[in-house]
This record gives sequence, structure tokens and C-alpha cells, in this order.
Amino acid sequence: MNAPTSIDATAALLAEHNYVADRQLATAVFLALKLKRPLFLEGEPGTGKTEIAKVLSAGLGAELIRLQCYEGLDVAAAAYEWNYARQMLEIRLAEAKETAREALAEGLFTGRFLIERPLLRALLPHAVPPVLLIDELDRTDEPFEAYLLEVLSDFQITIPEWKTVRAAEPPVVVVTSNRTREIHDAVKRRCIYHWVDYPSAARELEIVRRKVPDAKEALSRQIVAFVQHLRSIDLYKLPGVSETIEWSRALLALDAVALDADTVNNTLGVLLKYQDDIAKVQGSEAARIVEKIRREVAV
Amino acid sequence: MLPASSVESLPGRLAENVVHFARVLRAAGVPLGTDRVLLALQALKVAGIGSRADFHAVLAACLIDRAQHRLLFEQAFHVFWKDPDLLGQLLRLLLPQVSQKKGGAPPGPPENRRLGEALAPKVERPPQPQQNERIDVDAQLSWADREQLRKADFDTMSTAEWAAARRMLARIAPFFVQLATRRQRSSSRGSRLDLRAALRQSGRRGGDIAELPRRQRRTRTEPLVVIVDISGSMSRYSRMFLHFMHALAGSHEAANYRIHAFVFGTRLTHITRQLRQRDPDEAIADVVRAVDDWSGGTRIAACLHEFNRHWARRVLSGSPTVLLVTDGLEHAAIDELGREAERLAKSCRRLVWLNPLLRYEAFAPKARGVRALLAHVSSFLPVHNIESLERLAESLAAAGRTRTETGKWN
Repeated sequence: MNAPTSIDATAALLAEHNYVADRQLATAVFLALKLKRPLFLEGEPGTGKTEIAKVLSAGLGAELIRLQCYEGLDVAAAAYEWNYARQMLEIRLAEAKETAREALAEGLFTGRFLIERPLLRALLPHAVPPVLLIDELDRTDEPFEAYLLEVLSDFQITIPEWKTVRAAEPPVVVVTSNRTREIHDAVKRRCIYHWVDYPSAARELEIVRRKVPDAKEALSRQIVAFVQHLRSIDLYKLPGVSETIEWSRALLALDAVALDADTVNNTLGVLLKYQDDIAKVQGSEAARIVEKIRREVAV
Repeated sequence: MLPASSVESLPGRLAENVVHFARVLRAAGVPLGTDRVLLALQALKVAGIGSRADFHAVLAACLIDRAQHRLLFEQAFHVFWKDPDLLGQLLRLLLPQVSQKKGGAPPGPPENRRLGEALAPKVERPPQPQQNERIDVDAQLSWADREQLRKADFDTMSTAEWAAARRMLARIAPFFVQLATRRQRSSSRGSRLDLRAALRQSGRRGGDIAELPRRQRRTRTEPLVVIVDISGSMSRYSRMFLHFMHALAGSHEAANYRIHAFVFGTRLTHITRQLRQRDPDEAIADVVRAVDDWSGGTRIAACLHEFNRHWARRVLSGSPTVLLVTDGLEHAAIDELGREAERLAKSCRRLVWLNPLLRYEAFAPKARGVRALLAHVSSFLPVHNIESLERLAESLAAAGRTRTETGKWN
């Protein structure tokens, strides 16, 4: 694995794949890779948490194994399941061949009857240790968190009927949470923690430049100034970076050269996802902000 | 001052200082295990310390594990690592300095305020007088005859009150709705086959399947969010509700409920943490300390807005029932109240409004604030004493998943 050897190298690796990380995030990623600890990313939706796992997988040339969490996620869906149909077939065959009972009992619960789910797959041997993305952990419930402890601290899964599967080389684990509830400390203390904040104006502009290279410089500046301004307003859901990027693409598709109140009003749904928020910004407020950023961002 | 590049092992002073820094954070209320300190030292070794910014980033990545500790960490870092030579003095000086800084900042979310208090020099609490032995003859209504509730009134909870709260809870507990989860447990009367267990048995028996083990869905009690108005007009009921919430949040039977409790007057305070204390007197005393706006004015709309904006996404997961306890007497922002109530009602499974004014026979929803709220609640019930709270239990069960009972008021 061509793992980066310093914080600068980590930042460069992320930048190479168009991920503009601040120093603190690069440090956290570097430490997670170097100390082989899971990386725990918490932050508002749309701030690029999942993207890090994707970028790491591309940058390290590793397979990305994704586990999307939901309430009631259980071992059968997350780690492994026995292939009952094959097992039953095996019993029939054993009857026909008159296999000894003990041999059958032992043979029934082995690797070839196991269906691998993401967690188990991440622990099995790979040429390059894979990137395991455990996405939106806050959506699942406490029992699953408790189950994860074994996986995250020892990189092993105990299958009662068979054996304990242990990773020869631990995978790169990225855990994300939108913080709809507090994740238990026992999980977090096994990880390197990083809060992914909304980016500064300069960093956001850099992100827009990289992700939407076709947008004109002046337009990008206005877009970023507008979104940054929106984040200072009392809204139910602030627009994330992904909304900024989507909005830039939308404006580009509409051939907008510069922001004006009409265009903003028509495309506000790309940025804001709550009717209350849209109602608050649409119209005079949008016009006011556009006027303000026009003065600020002198072209 | 700091080593310029990657080092084989940390110089003695640095490791020592990091440990000191961790202790300062711990004293300020950041729960920080030795393992994280060791992790930080290990991380400093592999990352090298090229600059103050990197040093900061490494410590932040290793020592913080909660979003709300970030602000505290920043302040502690900048005070602590300003001049390591003054370490001993700083350890003493740090606390008042940071708390001063916090005092100037706008009021943050409750956790931060709690941490701010932790940073301040410790003041020994006077021991709470134990009055549990006191026998209060007419305890059930002893709190209701006070017009104004002052902080002193919350000193202790009499045994009778405590018993009443427990009784109330015991009566209410069975009525909470059980929600089916996607998890299963083995059960002889379950509706699904447990193939895994069946094959395990059959393997042992050499291929015979004698019986089919079954599984059934697990259920869990619905999560509960309680939002209580503690403004002047509600003050005579506040004490009762605090006891009720404490019994709910801390009781043994309720160990598997998920409960969040809030109180509001002019601003919203999250009091779940305070209520978790086992001793009711300690818990109520902590709540009293945490809340600044007892018996003051009320801004229902503004407080609901604050709840919707800052807390809804964090505490309204898992389709909860929200109990809103208020008299609904909002005068200023009627439209806003309606909007916020609608948003709240749409974010939870059931919004139940408990209104003490309902004890008056002649109560009619004339106040505009009351009407604005009524349009969005799924049930509307009286609460002014223990008996009505017990009726609440039955109504909660009866209301179930429906959105009825509002009709007769509209």
C-alpha cells in the first residue's frame, strides 16, 4: 500500500483526487492511516464525510466496501449469514452418502456455507487492505454499535458456529455520523475523531473550482459568497458543500454568467430543502443578499 | 520550543506537558481516558511536530471525541500552550480565565454552559438536608397552593411526593406504545422460521429436523420527548412535572426508554442529563441550577423554534411521542407559533399537548395562541394533578397511533 508518510503527503493525496481538506482533517486522516485506527467523521449532512472514504479508496488503490446503516441493521445484513439453502442441500447429500454424524455437524458450518456481508468481507485477505465505509452510524441503534466494538478495536468477527475471523492486515475504516444522536463513547474512543465543519470561503471556492471547473471565476466567487452568507442566516437546514456544488452545476446548466435575484429565486430549491427556509430567503431577502455580495465581490 | 521535525521519542517535557494538558481538559469536564492520552503521545511521535498548527491538529484529533468539546478544547489549547514555562501557575490560573472568556460569549447550547461551569473554580455544594423522613400529610397538593415558585421551593422532595411520582409512572408505563423493530428474538410462538437454529440442531442430529425453532420481532418502547413550560403562569405545576420527569428518566423500569426532557420559559434548556441523577433532590437541584428563567415570562413560539432548529434532528429519531406541557398562552407571535407547532408535529409520531387550564370546566379555546397550537396536536389533555396524569396514561394508550381528539375543540 502506498500510504502517505506525512501530513503533507496526506493532504497532497487528497488534493490529487480533488478533495480540498483543511490541515486538521489531513492530520486526522494521516493519523488514522498511520496508527491503523478507524477514522470517525461527524458533521452536518453534505460536508464531504462520505467523500473522504471514496477519495481514500481511489488514492490508495483499495476496494471500497460500504455499509449503509439503518435502524435495526443486524448481523445477518452487516457481517455474515449462513447459506441455509446450501446447508440443507448438504444434509440431503450427506444422507445419500451416509456420512457420519460428527463429520456432517462439523462440515455444515464452515467458510463455504458463509455469505459474506460488508464487515466480514472487509476483514478477509485483500491484495491492498480495503477501505471500509460505515456510513451514517447514527441511523442504527445501540445494539449494533456494541457489535461494532469487536470489529473496530480488534478487526475481528466471532462467528459462534465456526471460528473467529481476524484480518491479517486491518482495513482502513471510515465511520461517518450526521449526529442525529450521540454515538456511544466506547465506539468513539477507539477512533480518531474529527468534526467536519463547513469550509471557509477560500476553501469552498477552491472546492467549486475543482469540482465545477467550467464555471467562470466571477460566478464561482459569487456562488460561494452567497452560500457563505446563507449559512449565517437562521435556517432550519444550512446548505452543505454538496449543495454548493450542485447549485454551481445548476447555474452552469442555465448559462448564468452572474448571480441575479431572479436566477437565485428559481434555483433556490437546489440549495435549500425545507419549504420554511425557501420561503424565508425567496424574494426580497435573496435580492438583498445578491445586492450585498455584488458589492463585496468586486469583479 | 517544540522539536522541529519528526522525532524518535518525545522529549520528556513534552510528554509531561501533554499529560498535564489532558488533566486540565479533564478538570474542565471533558471525559478523557488515559488511552486517549497515550494515543496522542503515539500520534505526536508518528506525525512529528512541524508547527504549532500541526501540533494543535494532532492533539485535537486524539483528545476530542464530541463536537461540543471543540470550543472548550480551543480555549484550553490557546491558554495552555501559550507559555509552557508557567505550567504550574497556569494550572491554577487557567480555570478562572477560561470561565471569564466564556462569560463574554453569547449563551451557547446547554452542554457548553455545563462545561463552562466545570471550568470555574469548584464551589463546594452545601450538603442537602435530608428531609425524606418528614411526613407530609397533604403532600399531594402541598405544592399547588403556592402562587409563585421560587428556587428555594425545590429543595427537597418529600417521601410522599416521591412515592406519588413513582406510582404515577408505574400506572403510565404499560400504556406507552410498543413499536415493532426490525430485530428478532427466538420465541416459540414466533411467526418466522429460525433457519440458523434449525440447521444447527439438524447438524447435531445428523440431518434430522425434529422441530422448527421460530423467531419473532422485537419491540421497543416508543421514545419520549417531554417539553415543559416553566413560566410564571405554569409555575404551580412545574414541580409536579419535574418529579414526574425524574421518575420517568431515572426509574428502574424505564431503563430501556429513550427520554429527552426540556424546560422552557423565555429560553429552552435541555435537562435530560440533570434528571439522570438517581437521587431526586440532587436531580431537581441540578435542574434548578441549570435553568435561569423560572417563573418568568414565556415565549412559546421562540422556544419551539429553538427546539426545532437545534434539537429536533438530534432527539426526534425513532418516531417518538412528544409531550408538550404548556398553557398555550402566547400573545406575541401567533403565526410563528402555528408554524413551529406544525413543524414539530410533522417531525414526531404523536404530539400530545397537556394543558393545566383544562381543569376549568368552562375552558374554551379562545386564546389565539391556544387555537394556533390546537390545529397541530394529535391529543389535547388536562394535567393539573396526579389524577389527571393518570388519566393521561389511559389517553395515551387510547390515542395510539391516531390523530384524533382535536375535533371537539376546533
